[in-house]
Amino acid sequence: MGNEDLKILITELLPAATYDESGEWLNIVVEPASWPAFAAQLRNHESLQFDYLFCLTCIDWKTNLSMVYHLSSTRYRHNIVVKSTLSADQPQINTVCDIWKTAELLEREVYEMFGVNFLNHPDLRLLILPDGWEGKNPMRKNYEDPINMIKL
Amino acid sequence: MFEEIGTTSNGDLQINVGPQHPATHGVLHLVLTLNGETIKKVEPHLGYIHRSIEKMCESLSYRQFIYVTSRMDYLSAHMNNHACALCVEKGMQIEVPERAQVIRVIMDELTRIASHELWWGAMAMDIGAFTPFFHSFREREKINEIMEETCGARLTMNYYVPGGLMADLHPDFQKKVKEFIIQFKQRIDEYDQLVTGNIIFQNRMKGVGILSKEDAVSYGCTGPTARGSGLSSDIRKLYPYAVYGKVEFEEILETGCDSFARYMVRIREMKQSIRIIEQLIDQIPEGDFQAKTKAVLKLPKGEFYTRVETARGELGVYIVSEGATTPYRIKFRSPGFSNLSALDSMARGSKLGDLVAMMGTLDLVIPDIDR
Amino acid sequence: MWSLTDITGRLDQWLNQTFSSTWVLVIEMLIAGVAVIGLFAALGLVLVLMERRVAAWIQIRLGPNRVGPFGLLQSLADTLKLLVKEGMTPSGADKFLFNFAPYIAMMVAMLLMAPIAFAKNFQLWDLNIGVLYISAISSIMVISILMAGWASNNKYSLMGAMRSGAQIVSYELSAGLSVLTIVVFSGSLNVTDIINSQADGWWIFKGHLPAWISFVIFIIAVTAETNRAPFDLAEAESELTAGFHTEYSGMKFALFFLAEYINVFIVCALGAILFLGGWMPFHIGHWEAFNHVMDYVPSSIWFFGKTFFLIFLIMWFRWTFPRLRIDQLLNLEWKYLLPISMFNILLATAIAILGWHF
Repeated sequence: MGNEDLKILITELLPAATYDESGEWLNIVVEPASWPAFAAQLRNHESLQFDYLFCLTCIDWKTNLSMVYHLSSTRYRHNIVVKSTLSADQPQINTVCDIWKTAELLEREVYEMFGVNFLNHPDLRLLILPDGWEGKNPMRKNYEDPINMIKL
Repeated sequence: MFEEIGTTSNGDLQINVGPQHPATHGVLHLVLTLNGETIKKVEPHLGYIHRSIEKMCESLSYRQFIYVTSRMDYLSAHMNNHACALCVEKGMQIEVPERAQVIRVIMDELTRIASHELWWGAMAMDIGAFTPFFHSFREREKINEIMEETCGARLTMNYYVPGGLMADLHPDFQKKVKEFIIQFKQRIDEYDQLVTGNIIFQNRMKGVGILSKEDAVSYGCTGPTARGSGLSSDIRKLYPYAVYGKVEFEEILETGCDSFARYMVRIREMKQSIRIIEQLIDQIPEGDFQAKTKAVLKLPKGEFYTRVETARGELGVYIVSEGATTPYRIKFRSPGFSNLSALDSMARGSKLGDLVAMMGTLDLVIPDIDR
Repeated sequence: MWSLTDITGRLDQWLNQTFSSTWVLVIEMLIAGVAVIGLFAALGLVLVLMERRVAAWIQIRLGPNRVGPFGLLQSLADTLKLLVKEGMTPSGADKFLFNFAPYIAMMVAMLLMAPIAFAKNFQLWDLNIGVLYISAISSIMVISILMAGWASNNKYSLMGAMRSGAQIVSYELSAGLSVLTIVVFSGSLNVTDIINSQADGWWIFKGHLPAWISFVIFIIAVTAETNRAPFDLAEAESELTAGFHTEYSGMKFALFFLAEYINVFIVCALGAILFLGGWMPFHIGHWEAFNHVMDYVPSSIWFFGKTFFLIFLIMWFRWTFPRLRIDQLLNLEWKYLLPISMFNILLATAIAILGWHF
């Protein structure tokens, strides 16, 4: 399914979504509140079937954070990118690890690196960072480590 | 991370596998919950080799950051470089010369063979057979020599640059690769005789570490791990890059869903890699090995995502550019990370010895998981 | 005149002429003790080197070849290294048991030397239940492994010890039954009698099917009993790091290591005695001339030749096969080897009673 068809179909599912088509794939921007229901629809819709979450990450835009979900369908082989803007002070969004199991570890990584709080996550703990790192988020732009970071 | 572990409240034994353990091939740390020999839970603890490559890349220019990525999945250094080079080329819209593309594919496939060779030896060692390791390293050494001549390095090659290759091929390259192909074809049959047909080996592998196709998709498994579960996931076929669209090869699919299927996928993949190299080795076009590019690369504002098939699966490179000389944010979607997340569901209910076999067939490379 | 029997005979004669009979006994016991310890050390060195060379040969590499001519002194250098290493005892360990376990392993290995006939009339103790003695003493080995695993206060060690306990106890049954087959044929538990009964042909040739079956089962079972690959689950370095001896270092580790090799030697010697005629040269029925030629080869050469052939076989297994899983290991014993052994001993008894063997 091409980007245009996807756009038509997704608009039916979520009229509030906004789009960005400058890239290779269709970018959909959704509200954090509507994300869990929308994610389930993307996964289960008969002609969408986005069953493969191949990349889950976060971008720090200094004023806000942006969650990025790259989705693909192993049946139809179409891809979309879903984005959701979170506040920088108290970022929180619902987890999708009940829909895509791979999200469990990926969300834990984002949690510790960006401090995004995933609601309803079964096991939100530090994955990579050692104990005692809570609160400091190394991948944020405002993170400073004078010893280990080299500015070029 | 170092919480006290002992026995759980219902009397199950908790045990640390790693970060220093012979079967984890690096510094992976798994906390197992065992009932006798039976595994009830596998919990990965990561980060022992985390260098925060993504953060590092944010302060490196588009030419520099490729070299860091060789250190992610060090066994498929060429493919990591390839993914990054492709992403920068996509952003800058650089046309890569045909010669460079063909050489890249040959190098990628040689790397894939070398990586699978190492996996084969290491996995056999995991389940207690020592000898295959030495046999596989005999052939891997040949590839390393070929790489050394052309790239100047044996492990972290750093041979690809945005726009093409760092240097032209060594004059002996084609001759040596052809010699290697002839030798390797005999050896791979030897591997089958030594390991694949062994009754103990088959009993250890068949029906062990079941990963259903649905789970493979849901856990985001890629590469031979997914293809062992019958999930078509070969980026070379699905989204061809370089000259993969022009060569003939099969995507190997096995439907066994067990450790043995994953094993067979890799063994058969090596043969397909040889097939690709054979098609291209005499067809390397003359011409430039590098496109003319500007001295300082500046990606236009936007987001770029490329993926390549490494020896372990789908490697994605996601660059967010603000139009500067360095990436604003870079994300590597590493295959090992997703494959590891499936380990828990695969291992539950099986024996401790099987966990080692499963980790062997997942072909985990820890720097690739930790980045 | 240089045969071992000769030397011991003359020594005995000379001692009897010089000292009273009580002193002769004491001195001879001392000599035997020193000889056993010497053999223990020598065998350890030789077998470790042999294992490494065999492994190297199978793995297309050279193996140790730097220390001494052809690397012959390599294991001596290794022993020296282990001797000067610190023997650490973990703080949480049961110190007495932890330190005692390797000595049990070593004592068992030494005790097992007693009834082995190294050459014609060259034996420490020709007791009338020699084969039973070996079976009985070798099962004490498991106690030392359990002790080591339990006392280490390490989960890996404990698991290794538990595996090893299950494994050794199970495989002892098959080993015992296959030994019994030959006992039935030769009608004696005495090592000398068993060897003498093979003067006109080894049991592996004379015993037909039951002897072959029990030989194969014997080799499998003793490989498992000595914790050698593919049955090395007690150590299983890729699963349990080093199993029951994870926490051992220095000489205490070396004792376990040596005991393993001595045990391999003992079981192979037993295999050679039972199935391949021990020191008995290769004889064919009543071919007097042929048998006479064979007699010219010294009996100790025959014994060590056969034993080292079996040791080589066991080493070959180790460097070729992958390891079994614990449930497969126990299945193999209880579902296949034990029933076959039991049937086999019936068959052997029938053949022995009917006198069908040669």
